[in-house]
Amino acid sequence: MQTPMKRVRGLGSAKSGTEHFWMQRLTALALIPLGLWFVYSIVTLAGADHDSVVAWMRHPVRATLLALFAATAFYHSKLGLQVVFEDYVHTGWLKFTALILNNFIHVLLGAAAVISVLRVAFGD
Amino acid sequence: MTASNKPASGGYQTDSPRFDRPLSPHLQVYRWQITMLTSILHRATGIVLSVGALLLTCWLVAVAIGGEHYARVAAIITHPAGQAFLFLWSIAFFYHFANGIRHLLWDAGWGFEIKRMYASGYTVFAFVVAATAITWWLAWDKIGGGA
Repeated sequence: MQTPMKRVRGLGSAKSGTEHFWMQRLTALALIPLGLWFVYSIVTLAGADHDSVVAWMRHPVRATLLALFAATAFYHSKLGLQVVFEDYVHTGWLKFTALILNNFIHVLLGAAAVISVLRVAFGD
Repeated sequence: MTASNKPASGGYQTDSPRFDRPLSPHLQVYRWQITMLTSILHRATGIVLSVGALLLTCWLVAVAIGGEHYARVAAIITHPAGQAFLFLWSIAFFYHFANGIRHLLWDAGWGFEIKRMYASGYTVFAFVVAATAITWWLAWDKIGGGA
């Protein structure tokens, strides 16, 4: 005996259908304070040499905010560019490839950014 | 409509009999207005910010490695072309930031009236000009004083 359930499994809302929409808004909200703090920080670091930047980044609060900013920004960027590819790339295999690369590149760059911040923060 | 309206390649819909129906007018038909301008700019600045995120990672990795690598990235950033990109990035940031808040307010149900939509649109542009000017005034003041 079969019910229509098997046709909607994995396709439907089941509380995850709005994940993209919701995470885009949630990351946007988080990026309001994080983004302002980041731009303020960049301005204070203008013209600073390597030692000053390292000393600045070693502060635990700054390292935390910087890692959170990078991770949140890359998540938000991934969601945004995903929609751009979905909207403008119409060739099936090209769209598929673009969406996969979009995921990989964002995870790669986001991980490199966060690990670099941690490396400086925990470095000797 | 005629066959010339079919997409050049890769369109999903060319095989569908329903595709021969009249099409909605496309972008170039409409008169420009701030509502469509702010929408298009939001996506365009988002793409600029994504490219800027690549530079952010380069900078952070260079800070972590130090030495020659940092010098190379610092040279790119301080080069006139690098500064020009940072200037563009800051405009894109402040625009996407302010218009993003406008979007969040819409999501909360505020500001859908035509009058408010226009007013908030102009507010975004005013914010971008003011915030970009203040930011670069402070940054150049700092570089000038530090060097």
